[in-house]
Amino acid sequence: MMLTFLWTDIMIWSLFALIILGIYQISKDAQKRIQWRNVFKSKTAMISAIILLFYFAIALMDSMHFKFESAENNTLNKELVSVLDMGLEHLILNAERTYSAPFALKEYSSSVIYNTTGNVQQVYLPLKNVAKHIDMQQSLVAYDVITQTGWAFLIALVIIIAIILIHGYFRLKKLAMSSARIKTESLPWSVAYITLFLLIFIGTWFYLLSFDYHVLGTNKVGEDVLYQSLKSIRTGVLIGGLTTVVMLPLALLLGISAGYFKGWIDDVIQYLYTTLNSIPGVLLIAAAVLVMQSIMSTHAEWFGSTQERADIRLLFLIFILGMTSWTGLCRLLRAETLKISQIEYVTAAKAFGLKPFTIIRKHILPNLVHLILIALVLDFSGLVLAEAVLSYVGVGVDPTMPSWGNMINQARLEMAREPMVWWSLLSAFIFMFILVLSANLFADRVQWVLNPRSEK
Amino acid sequence: MFAYIVRRLLFAVPILIGVNLITFALFFMVNTPDDMARAQLGAKQTTPEMIQSWKVDHGYDKPLFINTTEHSHGLLTDTLFMQESLKLFSFDFGQSDSGRQISADIYERMWPSLAIALPTFIIGLVTNIAIALLIVLFRGSTLDSITMGLAVAIMSISGLFYIIAGQVLFSKTWHWVPISGYAEGLEGIKFLILPVLIGVFSGIGAGIRWYRSIFLEEINKDYVRTARAKGLSEIKVLFGHVLQNGLLPILTGVVVVIPTLFMGSLIMESFFGIPGLGSYTIDAIQSQDFGIVKAMVFLGSVLYIVGLILTDISYTYFDPRVKLS
Repeated sequence: MMLTFLWTDIMIWSLFALIILGIYQISKDAQKRIQWRNVFKSKTAMISAIILLFYFAIALMDSMHFKFESAENNTLNKELVSVLDMGLEHLILNAERTYSAPFALKEYSSSVIYNTTGNVQQVYLPLKNVAKHIDMQQSLVAYDVITQTGWAFLIALVIIIAIILIHGYFRLKKLAMSSARIKTESLPWSVAYITLFLLIFIGTWFYLLSFDYHVLGTNKVGEDVLYQSLKSIRTGVLIGGLTTVVMLPLALLLGISAGYFKGWIDDVIQYLYTTLNSIPGVLLIAAAVLVMQSIMSTHAEWFGSTQERADIRLLFLIFILGMTSWTGLCRLLRAETLKISQIEYVTAAKAFGLKPFTIIRKHILPNLVHLILIALVLDFSGLVLAEAVLSYVGVGVDPTMPSWGNMINQARLEMAREPMVWWSLLSAFIFMFILVLSANLFADRVQWVLNPRSEK
Repeated sequence: MFAYIVRRLLFAVPILIGVNLITFALFFMVNTPDDMARAQLGAKQTTPEMIQSWKVDHGYDKPLFINTTEHSHGLLTDTLFMQESLKLFSFDFGQSDSGRQISADIYERMWPSLAIALPTFIIGLVTNIAIALLIVLFRGSTLDSITMGLAVAIMSISGLFYIIAGQVLFSKTWHWVPISGYAEGLEGIKFLILPVLIGVFSGIGAGIRWYRSIFLEEINKDYVRTARAKGLSEIKVLFGHVLQNGLLPILTGVVVVIPTLFMGSLIMESFFGIPGLGSYTIDAIQSQDFGIVKAMVFLGSVLYIVGLILTDISYTYFDPRVKLS
């Protein structure tokens, strides 16, 4: 057993490091600290941020992989196992044969069996890994669920009280050190506690019940839908969070040089992004993905396992998505640089004989940071939604990789069934909706606070 | 005016050449002339000689970008890239893998796409602007904040959800409209209602937010204060002044879209079984029919550039300050 990092693991941890670095930078600068405090003064922003953190934490847990020498060496029969997989081992092992509804005790479709007298009979076979400790009676399920809910509530309560106490202790200590700051302390902590409590409660509830039931049902091949949805978080967060980051250097370089140097450089760069922009986005992505697929199929020996292959494909997809989406940011940065370089202090800096690079670094770049941050958070939700559509078109992530798009795509075919298999679809949509909604609300607030032109 | 349009059209040429360069580079990486020859000749027993003769017959034996065997004139023109580009520029898209004429297919499938995209676009535009104006009228009220909250929620739901939920509710459960299909003429309306409604609804969240921000920007300007000061009612101010002046930023976002309506919507058409260009494209992507994808990329770019030019021209009608120079 050995700790290994896939390419996308490295990227998501770098993103994490970047965020930490950003927070450190902000904490040093008093002005920025006030600005960001202002972001979190909004209750919706606080709630959204906590939910986003929750998703990000799950994605991080799913991005630490252990490599086993051979698949037989561990219980999960996989070569690469993430920390999240280890925590949810029981969800992988309790796979069923086929569809089953949430909290069901029997399979969703009937099977034909020969009974003891030799006659053909249609029965709903009981699920193998469900409610082992109680008798197989649907009437007892409700009772069992309520008891477990009580336990989950208690556990969540204990945890949240511990968090409140620890946090309160540090806050009091901080307050005692500087009495003048009492008035500025007005972050909506109570809302934060409630959100945190609900998240922990729901998490524990799902966790406790997942030992005895398929809380969100199982899919066509009997895999637990809850596990699928949780695994998809990593894919969604990666695509949403990293696409803008990987293309940031290019957008910055081209946008700033176009706006600062003007002339033929500006013409060339404008030509470049108008050309890229004029190709319909989905088609450009599709074309690039088809190229990637054919390269990967001709060089199958480059990749060790299917998981590594899927990982490289995700990496390429992120770059391809970035390739088509950097043009918007580039245009914004160009326009803003054009505007800033007309301002007197830049003219003064030029008159003092500062080198262009120094002027850009000291006078222009700091004034673009808010645009970059706004673009990062605004793009996030769009990209998460785009993943689902791309998987539907067939140019998304690898079909073996858990993602909401793949879940929807697989479940879509079952719509014609009567009665409908709805849980897989609904779970994917709800998990996606919560992430995208929080990202949108947070982005709105960040934009409102950081944009100097917004009305306050 | 005429000179301006000609100049803009000339500007479009290098962009289209760039688009061709990108598609050419992409598609010749996956689908080399050798692959094309093998696909056309059939998999069984293709000798290198047969491939070579196929390439010569179809003009694929030329060098990619620079023909060193030719002098001056043929150096750049007698190449594969030039040959392929010229074909695209004359809208001759060649044959699809199934042996059909792509240009004819596109012409045929354009109309179903338009039958969905045009009503969606017009109804969407009118509803979005109407709702935006209404909440601007009640700005700062509870109605405003509730609508804006709803708009964010609508925006955060995947478009796929609206389609699936719409089909399940209106077609499977209530049997109001057929689940999918297409017919020409008036009969076809029953097939179009659901996709158009879903298209309008899924765009409403982002739309309202966008138009509301445009109108709010206008509403704080001096001329609005003057209009109010002379005693105009708020409704007259909104419809008579704010809407008219807000048209300009609206035009920027809207006119560009109009030509691309021909391309149809990938997802919508494939879910509702509409034989338009969107489902044509999606089928081509899934069956890896490069001829069609290439044609659609080119067509999409041309339409986008036409949209950009139309935007510029429409400015001159709505804003006399803009001079075409």
